[in-house]
Amino acid sequence: MQQTVIEAGRSEKYYWQDLWRFKELLFILAIRDITVKYKQTFVGVAWAIFRPVLTVAVFVFAFDKVAKIENKSDIPLQIIIFTGVIFWNFFAMSFQQVSNSITGNANLVSKVYFPRLLMPLSSVAVPLLDFLVGFLVMVPFLIYKGYTPNFNILFVPFFLVLSFFSAFSLGVIFASLNVQFRDFQQIVPLIVQYGFFVCPIAYPIATIQELSWYPIYQWINPLAGIIEGFRWCLIPNYQYFQWDTIIPSVVFVTITTILSVMFFRKKENSFVDYI
Amino acid sequence: MTVIEAENISKRYIIDHIKGNAKGNTLREIVTDNIKNLFTKKEDNEVSHEDFWALKGVSFNINQGDRVGIIGSNGAGKSTLLKVLSRITEPTEGKITIKGRVASLLEVGTGFHPELSGRENIFLNGAVLGMKRQDIKNQFDAIVDFAGVEKFLDTPVKRYSSGMYVRLGFAISAHLEPEILIVDEVLAVGDAEFQRKCLGKMKDASTSGRTILFVSHNLTAVQGLCNKAMFMQKGQLMEMGETNHVLATYLSHVQKTALESWWNTPEEAPGNDKARLKSIKLIPDYLDNLKHLDVRTPFKIQIEFWNMIENANLNISLHLNSLTGECIFNIGTISKAFDKGVVFAECEIPADFLNDGSYSISFMVVKDTSTAIFNFEEALIFEIEDYREGTSWYGKWPGYVRPKINFPITQLELESIS
Repeated sequence: MQQTVIEAGRSEKYYWQDLWRFKELLFILAIRDITVKYKQTFVGVAWAIFRPVLTVAVFVFAFDKVAKIENKSDIPLQIIIFTGVIFWNFFAMSFQQVSNSITGNANLVSKVYFPRLLMPLSSVAVPLLDFLVGFLVMVPFLIYKGYTPNFNILFVPFFLVLSFFSAFSLGVIFASLNVQFRDFQQIVPLIVQYGFFVCPIAYPIATIQELSWYPIYQWINPLAGIIEGFRWCLIPNYQYFQWDTIIPSVVFVTITTILSVMFFRKKENSFVDYI
Repeated sequence: MTVIEAENISKRYIIDHIKGNAKGNTLREIVTDNIKNLFTKKEDNEVSHEDFWALKGVSFNINQGDRVGIIGSNGAGKSTLLKVLSRITEPTEGKITIKGRVASLLEVGTGFHPELSGRENIFLNGAVLGMKRQDIKNQFDAIVDFAGVEKFLDTPVKRYSSGMYVRLGFAISAHLEPEILIVDEVLAVGDAEFQRKCLGKMKDASTSGRTILFVSHNLTAVQGLCNKAMFMQKGQLMEMGETNHVLATYLSHVQKTALESWWNTPEEAPGNDKARLKSIKLIPDYLDNLKHLDVRTPFKIQIEFWNMIENANLNISLHLNSLTGECIFNIGTISKAFDKGVVFAECEIPADFLNDGSYSISFMVVKDTSTAIFNFEEALIFEIEDYREGTSWYGKWPGYVRPKINFPITQLELESIS
């Protein structure tokens, strides 16, 4: 018979066991998020196509036609922007969903027990679905433009996992702080907005690679490496990405993920008292 | 077999009291306060923390198959205890060992999403409450049947009537099959029919050997459903044991509220220059071993007042009102001539007369059987507890009076009707 021990500073061992025991709930929460997102919409999941396509169209217009930013790479700006936006949407949406996952499920937090980590984890569902749909639109576009992806495309999941965990680690900290201080809810959209310009989404990395501070940039912006890796998966003969540049990102994401989960665990037990 | 063993559990909340300028708990305030504190001495810091112990040193054992009712007034720590037991919040001190799967029902329809259909919510809510997907599938038809929402399975629950919503929520919980069920005040919602259904289902669950913990203010339900009870007060466990015994202790505690009020001198007493109230008392004639007023208890109402008019023809008119203000009865004494001084009147209310509920007493001093010279509204407020035996129905007994009137029923003919 299952035995549970409840005491102050509940032991780690039980926590991870519980997380496994509640795995079904993870899927159900994920399915709930997806269903709810497209409930009562006329075109449903097709929104996942419209959104990135429109974003790309607007940015191509703004950056390529109006601002005429300098493209130092040999790849058309449309492709740089399309690959960038698809990636960024996934990252940004994951970050937003994770940050909001605890306060958005306040009714569950205050009424029922399950490992709270399930809430940020299940938040990946919606961005992932949107990413997959966007991806299915992007690949034909790449082929049409004469950039048929080669077998590097198999590495997409690796970069996807990496970007999810970078969004997750940041988001989980925001989610925990947001329970007590709703100020963090206000910061999230700002990060998403500024991050878009700080990261090489709508411009090629080649444009900034020659700048003197680029080596520092590469270290303090782990996302840049992941984005470039993502482009390398999709664009054949993409010369701006080297595997060694991803190492700082992997180290960074691993460390922040561990730290953020530790932080979350520490805060988790008091969620119900503040929410 | 002991299924829940709680040793010395305490739960502390810290309440901030802020003296001086208003400070708060937002990020800005915490940051600015801390910066200010860098430059000011610690003594200037006017924030004081007070520990509030929602639970303090609570220990108990619960055996398998026990149905335990947890009673206590508001703020006694009942809900905190349930939250600790269901792991929603962790105790500050102490240890609890639980053997078996626990399902806690702190609300009906936890996690229901308004946009999702009834069908989707059954799976969602089931999973939230710890059911396996396969279990939910097996029970699906039974749940839908119990809730009576077949037609609306694919309608978003936001379009449900509140009754349907609650029924669906309860139906899911009712089909959970945990070894230990923790229930908080579910009976507070829904109509009488629904409450009856809930209690019936809980009774079924208990006969199949499951352990139930049940918080309720419905003492009748606790009395009928539970074989054990815990009485909590101010975060402490006052008594645990046989339901009837604990209920009696609890009732004698809560009824210590003023059943009498009196004034020593006419100067401070309520009234006017014609009459002033000296005292009003409700004196119960408790049955053996009882220290609380229930439907079986006869009691007396005694009124003393200072009459300040020489040779006045006076009588007292007494109103017994329900708490909503309806008059249940009005009786008067005969009118007699009194001189200045204290006048005393006593009214006897027989046993098995008033129904359970809250009542208030108002009275008037009437001169010459026509002029009210002193009117005192709600001079006493008191409560009569429920008691019943030989019934398995625990809903609110209707009516203001519950007289024991002879009402025999007999079989007249032994004949088979074809």
